[in-house]
Amino acid sequence: MPPFEDLTDDDLARISLPAVTFLHGGTVIDADGPRRADVLIRGGRIEAVGLQGLDVPRRAQVLDATGCVVAPGLVDLHTHLRQPGREEAETVESGSRAAALGGYTAVVAMPNTEPAIDCAAVVKEVQELGRDACCEVAVAGAITVGRAGTQLAPMAEMAALGVRIFTDDGTGVADTRLMRRALEYSSTVSRPDGTGVLLAQHCEDASMAAGGAMHEGEWSSRLGIPGQPHEAEELMVMRDLALARLTGTPIHFLHLSTAGSVELVRRAKAAGQAVTAEATPHHFTLTHAAVAGYDPVFKVHPPLRTEADVQAIRRGLADGTIDAIATDHAPHAAEAKEAPFDEAAPGMLGLETALALALTELALPIADVLALMSWRPATIAGLADQGRPVAAGEWANLCVVDPAATWTVDATRLASKSTNTPFAGRQLTGKVRHTVWRGEAVVVDGEAQR
Amino acid sequence: MGELGRSGIEEVLALTDRFVEVNERSIPKVPALRGKTVVSLFYEDSTRTRLSFETAARRLSADVMSFSVSSSSVNKGESLRDTVETIEAMGVDAIVVRHKSSGVPWQLSGWVQPRTSVVNAGDGWHEHPTQALLDCYTIREKRGGGDGSGLAGLRIAIVGDIRHSRVARSDVSAFTALGAEVTLVAPPTLLPPSLDGWPVQVSHDLDALLPGLDVVYLLRLQQERMIEALLPSLREYTATYGLTARRAELLRPDALIMHPGPVNRGVEVAADVADLPSSVITRQVQNGVAVRMAVLYLLLGSGVDRAAL
Repeated sequence: MPPFEDLTDDDLARISLPAVTFLHGGTVIDADGPRRADVLIRGGRIEAVGLQGLDVPRRAQVLDATGCVVAPGLVDLHTHLRQPGREEAETVESGSRAAALGGYTAVVAMPNTEPAIDCAAVVKEVQELGRDACCEVAVAGAITVGRAGTQLAPMAEMAALGVRIFTDDGTGVADTRLMRRALEYSSTVSRPDGTGVLLAQHCEDASMAAGGAMHEGEWSSRLGIPGQPHEAEELMVMRDLALARLTGTPIHFLHLSTAGSVELVRRAKAAGQAVTAEATPHHFTLTHAAVAGYDPVFKVHPPLRTEADVQAIRRGLADGTIDAIATDHAPHAAEAKEAPFDEAAPGMLGLETALALALTELALPIADVLALMSWRPATIAGLADQGRPVAAGEWANLCVVDPAATWTVDATRLASKSTNTPFAGRQLTGKVRHTVWRGEAVVVDGEAQR
Repeated sequence: MGELGRSGIEEVLALTDRFVEVNERSIPKVPALRGKTVVSLFYEDSTRTRLSFETAARRLSADVMSFSVSSSSVNKGESLRDTVETIEAMGVDAIVVRHKSSGVPWQLSGWVQPRTSVVNAGDGWHEHPTQALLDCYTIREKRGGGDGSGLAGLRIAIVGDIRHSRVARSDVSAFTALGAEVTLVAPPTLLPPSLDGWPVQVSHDLDALLPGLDVVYLLRLQQERMIEALLPSLREYTATYGLTARRAELLRPDALIMHPGPVNRGVEVAADVADLPSSVITRQVQNGVAVRMAVLYLLLGSGVDRAAL
């Protein structure tokens, strides 16, 4: 067969050929550092990275990356795609489109669906839905059956389908003995590629947090809203660090929100414990004062905390205590949010604003932000084809970011089926221009291609 | 209450004087709000506040519609927003709302047309503004100088379940806005988790406080507080924080005993004490109607000649 570039239109009409995409004029940034380079993608993989520039191949889809950063695609450790069960709020299709627009090429789909993802059948269902998605959909499984906290879910059968992360997210595993057993049991469960699994905890002491619709403190006292204190989270972080030590297993902490939690993880890491943690953009940008107007869009679990907590999360992200920025993207239909504050559903959208918030709000070099949002979470999630160096032979999972572009968040123009972003109207700097997943340009110039 | 401020409170209290006078007439009714429709939307049981608002509206000649949870489609799963929009579609000028959730009146005011007034008749643990206004009016009537000095220099203790009390939150704002010194008296379990920014003192020793008070304001104690492990027993609460006959003797003769009702006789206040001449609990109820007339009038009566009252 002649080289692709020499084919005529008639040839193309007769045969199906791997798509060729050319990223022109950008600066590549990955774990190996920054360099000016063009990137040639063919058949889903990176074919060449040209530091001196590459010739534009014929018939290639050329994506302008001038002034932009070309980076490994982002990986979200914490996405609620709401399927099965809450399709009115989000679907795998709409959520993955939102992810792609946010620069993500992979998301971990949380198992608090209806029914919960707690057995092979539901894992397969979501994986099947993920085949048509706009990014890789890695399915997380529940630790306990129905996330009810009483009986271990069949981890091995889910791991055999590739599930890496197990969590009862939405709630913590309250029963200490059960959590110990889950950690013990998880230590020998393995995935088809031989790697192990990882338990992830939503840290919230159920009795301490009971009824708490926001952070307990100055604002909850003034507003007359039942609160949950810092300690509701920290008690479970403490407990789980102890259980992970006892069982000799790693643990991942979801959406840390308090200065005390960050300090606990910092000390555990200093002592050599195998612990990882994530934090959300809303926990490093918003405080409980946002609740003052009683708008349930600001209701989230764990709740928005104090300014001191916001600063502690930022320090934790800067010094490596917190390994990853995760969105906790939690779509809710309008009716679930148009309710009294204490009855409204907790959760916020995040996929389409996370990178821009990190670039705008964190005083970190872009390479550090990308580490927190791409290759470190890829490692935690055990995604072999994500967060990889931008190098020949790798799968082309890439995002192209214009770090200088400014834009204003418009809740009505997001790809998510829901509109519950707390950042509506906020001006941000840094915008995803293109996203390439397995060689396909799923986002071009800020527009989803499917 | 915070948004109303001192001048706003004083405007309501000044107008309340007029309606107190109206209420003393043989036919206590004025045509001020004729043709206006007021709906009372109560998501929580309340006898006195509801009756008080509806009476106030009728005495202003407004039409009154009444909506309560038990007789509504709320039990059929209708959302708050749908209910409110349905009511508004019937053509109402004011919605008087009581809800167990803090903040609901603020949410409602964002959903209705700007011409529809939303009146807070108590939201969760947050605010009960007309209660605070009638409390201010009652204290001023009994103890205030009639010279516009408000409640300046008066020492007021609010005793009981501050944490869960919308009355306490509104009273603290209103009393301090008018210059009173407020002390909260409660066990730590019944205080808000944080008092940052509250212009109050805190005491756990009622006996020491009583002789110096101008007003002792007792809050209703809900029976379920024992279940939540906030208190060991009612008996222990009464022994420590109840206004018993012995404690009432520590009060100065001109000190007022107040309570938002309904009273748990024998718990937060002894039966005999509630009936003492210094107890103005019944007067609070009377003034409540006049205060609510003033509030409805201020919201709905623009364009009406005040001289016609």
